[in-house]
Amino acid sequence: MSRIELKNIWPGDDATRVPYRLMGDPDIHALEQELIFQGDTWHYLCLDAELPDGGCFKTTFIGATPVVVTRDEEGAIHALINRCQHKGALVCVEPCGKAKTLRCLYHGWSYDLSGRLRFVPFEQGIQGKGGMPAGFDKSRHGMSPLRVAVFEGVVFATHSEAVEPLEQYLGSDMAAHMRRVFHKPVEILGSYTQVMHNNWTLYMENARDSYHATILHAFYATFKLNRLTMGGGLTVNHDGRNTMNYSIGASLREGEYDAEKLRAVMEDVGLADPSLLANRQEFPDGITVAIQSIFPTCVNQQIYNTLAMRQVVPKGPNGTELHWTFFGYRDDDPALRAMRLKQANLIGPAGYVSMEDGVIGEYVQRGIAGEGQDSCAILAMGGSEVASVTDSRANETTVRGFWQAYRSVMGL
Amino acid sequence: MSENFEMAPDQLHRRQIEAHVQDLHNRYVRVLDDGEYEAWPQLFTEDGRYTIITRENHRRGLPLPIMSCEGRGMMQDRITGLRRINVYEPQSYSHQISALRLIGLEEDGHVVTCISNYLVVRILLSGAMSLFSVGTYHDRIRIGDQGALLEERIVVHASSQVDTLLVIPL
Repeated sequence: MSRIELKNIWPGDDATRVPYRLMGDPDIHALEQELIFQGDTWHYLCLDAELPDGGCFKTTFIGATPVVVTRDEEGAIHALINRCQHKGALVCVEPCGKAKTLRCLYHGWSYDLSGRLRFVPFEQGIQGKGGMPAGFDKSRHGMSPLRVAVFEGVVFATHSEAVEPLEQYLGSDMAAHMRRVFHKPVEILGSYTQVMHNNWTLYMENARDSYHATILHAFYATFKLNRLTMGGGLTVNHDGRNTMNYSIGASLREGEYDAEKLRAVMEDVGLADPSLLANRQEFPDGITVAIQSIFPTCVNQQIYNTLAMRQVVPKGPNGTELHWTFFGYRDDDPALRAMRLKQANLIGPAGYVSMEDGVIGEYVQRGIAGEGQDSCAILAMGGSEVASVTDSRANETTVRGFWQAYRSVMGL
Repeated sequence: MSENFEMAPDQLHRRQIEAHVQDLHNRYVRVLDDGEYEAWPQLFTEDGRYTIITRENHRRGLPLPIMSCEGRGMMQDRITGLRRINVYEPQSYSHQISALRLIGLEEDGHVVTCISNYLVVRILLSGAMSLFSVGTYHDRIRIGDQGALLEERIVVHASSQVDTLLVIPL
């Protein structure tokens, strides 16, 4: 597909209409790899707490590109394309581990933890015969390094030399929220991956969507947990690139919400063991649920006392992996730690308030199959603006923000 | 207090214990595969524990569960969730349990610890069948007057991935 043809793909001047053909088209997907995943964007990779010691490594992805994150013996974090310079094989195969050198299994080319090529077996040949040519310079054949930045212990990387420094990319409000979450040392409590049968954008816009949260995730409304009528807001920066949806504990206008007569409001449903919902206010700002989304693929989540990073990895035009990393603080008291782990029932693929997200994107993907070129989603709740909102969350401004940022990076 | 199962008193006793465990496994499979979910908590003791965890987290000593219940109340709530609250594509399971390995006996033979392999095929509304989970059950089973009940079942899911969502217990 030519760029010129793509120029006319967007149906209007704003983000209230999004063409379905963006979600699953192989040519669009290929262009996303170039312009989004290898373009001027920062990508969340892991927490530095996952690499506690020199020699620790973790493998991950930026879009389709395999990446290994390492900590060297001096403590510095590196992000390298996980590909041997000799024949292109993966260098690190394990999801994580500890190593002194990164050694390709194929022919044994070995790299140090910063990616420098240190050893080529039989470089000098055998008894003076064979071997690499005299001019072969190992210093020019290291694993390709990515530009890496660690903000408050959160590791990001980019292919781009041009993109602004990470903290500016985040913006002061998003950086402040990340400082709030990572204000003291964290401890990793575990991770898992949810496999979804939909285009990655459908998950990213879902994570920014306040409108669906209390309707699709009926658990919230059933137990009067997080309702659109609670205090809270939607924060948007950099023309929609990064967003945060948050709610504040107290319920404001309950009657109004019940009047909506949502399917979810079932007075006869109760929890046999309500201890699941016991939670502790651990942040002074009173925010109980906050979903922060950093374009393109990072989600930072607080749902009561569950704290997690989510990384979105596209797997072809119609597949997505969602990598969850769940953490607490190193100084958690035993009661708080137990609370976090009990509340883990709320999130992830079996989460009372999140399991539906595993299938709703697939329902969209199946629903739009066979649709014409001009068919669009409607994102008109709250108008057409992409701007912060503090008085209502019945608004799709954060979702529009995703698509506005997408459109800008893709040049559509 | 605890005795290694290799030292179990005699072959007959061992066979009796195996029969109790097999009976419990059979009831467990019938309850989940026939959709009799309300009976699932009754296969546990009142304060029984149920956990699903990835093999990777389990191996590394990381506590994050995919699902966890402490006591029958939390188990009932999971069933309320799947019957009344959560939204998902209608589905059912077919379980296979095999390779029972008795590990130890405690409390004068009233509590047995054992490990079994399990395999769960998930069947969706469309009729599509897929391998959804394989792994091991790490069980602590109390054998009493009413037969065997689970004091604890840790489901070690032998993958770090879960396809789409997990709503019915494994």
